[in-house]
Amino acid sequence: MPPLPQRPTIAQLSQALAARQVSSRELTAAALARIGAADGVLNSFITLVPELALAAADQADARLARGEGGPLTGIPFAHKDIFCTAGIRTTCGSQMLANFVSPYDATAVERLAAAGIVTVGKTNMDEFAMGSSNETSWFGPVRNPWDPDRSPGGSSGGSAAAVAAGLVPAATGTDTGGSIRQPAALVGITGFKPTYGRVSRYGMIAFASSLDQAGVLTLTAEDAALLTGAMAGFDPRDSTSAELPVPDYASTLGDALRGRRIGVPKEFFDAGLEPGSATALREALRVYERLGATLVEISLPSLSLSVPTYYIVAPAECSSNLSRFDGVRFGHRHAGAATLEELYKKSRGEGFGAEVKRRILTGTYVLSAGYYDAYYLKAQKARRLIADDFRRCFADVDVIAGPTAPTPAFRLGEKVDDPVQMYLNDIYTIPVNLAGLPGISLPCGFSGGLPVGLQLIGPHFGEATLFNFAHVFQQETAWHTQLPPALTAGAAVGAPLGASDNGIAPKGAPTDAPTP
Amino acid sequence: MKLTRQNVAQIAHLARLEIGPEELDGVVEKLGRIVEFVDQLQLADTSAVTPMAHPMDMSQRLRADTVTEADHRDLYQQNSAAVADGLYTVPRVIE
Repeated sequence: MPPLPQRPTIAQLSQALAARQVSSRELTAAALARIGAADGVLNSFITLVPELALAAADQADARLARGEGGPLTGIPFAHKDIFCTAGIRTTCGSQMLANFVSPYDATAVERLAAAGIVTVGKTNMDEFAMGSSNETSWFGPVRNPWDPDRSPGGSSGGSAAAVAAGLVPAATGTDTGGSIRQPAALVGITGFKPTYGRVSRYGMIAFASSLDQAGVLTLTAEDAALLTGAMAGFDPRDSTSAELPVPDYASTLGDALRGRRIGVPKEFFDAGLEPGSATALREALRVYERLGATLVEISLPSLSLSVPTYYIVAPAECSSNLSRFDGVRFGHRHAGAATLEELYKKSRGEGFGAEVKRRILTGTYVLSAGYYDAYYLKAQKARRLIADDFRRCFADVDVIAGPTAPTPAFRLGEKVDDPVQMYLNDIYTIPVNLAGLPGISLPCGFSGGLPVGLQLIGPHFGEATLFNFAHVFQQETAWHTQLPPALTAGAAVGAPLGASDNGIAPKGAPTDAPTP
Repeated sequence: MKLTRQNVAQIAHLARLEIGPEELDGVVEKLGRIVEFVDQLQLADTSAVTPMAHPMDMSQRLRADTVTEADHRDLYQQNSAAVADGLYTVPRVIE
């Protein structure tokens, strides 16, 4: 067996575990050491569970020794802190849930645990997944491993930074308007959002229930396929779970792309796209042409309606979902309220941050008497126009390709005072959620030294097609193997990733201490 | 429509969300920008379009009305800041 690379994939770790080249305990201890060394700067974890992780690693090692392990058995892993985990607190990045311990596991967590995956901790995120920069987290912003002055994107920013920095080989994320794909693009990794309903939402703290979908952030499409295969499938506990069999994604990963058709929406390459990103994307499309695929210009005429539609639909659903946080049964409770109404108002006023409050207020407004038709109903109609655009295009093409984000990673603080500018960051990802489609972001080059993401969008339940297109691209290119500066400075698996390699001193704060 | 402080205070009341006096002006300004932004949707022609409530146009699945959960009250109440005798407590509602 060759030695493991500096930032090994799940597939590589799995082979090393199967060959007894390394144990899960060694991998898990090394992951915890890397997190301890690097996360003072990155702030990618909210909670670490070293004892539980090492115990799970020992169980995985025993399982592997009995010859009963699978490809995920013994792999160190992290969950976005939006997934409920029995016995491990689940904060959703909010003061509201800073002390909440779920009595049960989310289905995605349960299924990955059954496959033998080893959870080392819960990753940082925008509060209640509302944000595109990880700056709305009550636990402080996450930093981008490529440049610590920049955002890793959001809302799954902690998962993205942790995987890009090689702290863990993969992590879960959730994607309501781009929260897996955009951070994956901004840190140069692979991010996969399945079709709406493909992975159970049970135990995933709800933001906007007609848009939320669980997925993964990984180093390769191959790893994303492996994890999705384990997480996906019907769950009676999710009322919108799809009752469809899960294909064997691995069996079609390497299919030839000759004769396949890629739709390129002309609206995706308009003036809003940063020029360096456009150059990288056009080069990526030429790779597909060399592989025998045909590029077809298509049009999504209703694309410009996507962001305003989303910022009516998502806040409306959020205002309803977040009404459960009332200070009574769980979550932050204001001390000393004289009336029930004061208890509700003050518990919520204190427990929620500024962006969550804005979305609750926007949602309450668009659903209120006199405004419902003008906003909410109008947005539901526009949503159909957007979904119909995609449906028309998929009659003629296998996948749609374009940018994941309009620019590479932006600076922390750059957009935080202008919510509309922040919202426009998700222009290319939001329409995919509105239509319920699967999407994947792949590293496809650099602009100004920062990673650029290529987004591939598939038809409903076209996961296997997306994994195939993405995997073949990654066999042909090396963008997904490029390491951020902190890693190229010489850290290796088993050796802690030196935070000082980044040229900045660690904050030194323990990862489980809230730093509002 | 331009949002006023009174509009925002009324929306906050509907949402049972306290907005402190020091927060209010900032919230009015930013919420105003968001509403102005989403207002551009009014220009879209949606006259012949059926509203789409769900991305897969699916309807809610039904199941048999049977008990599937055991009683976990004690476990659930560990997450509450105020319980007594197995009940959640709140400020007095009925005088």
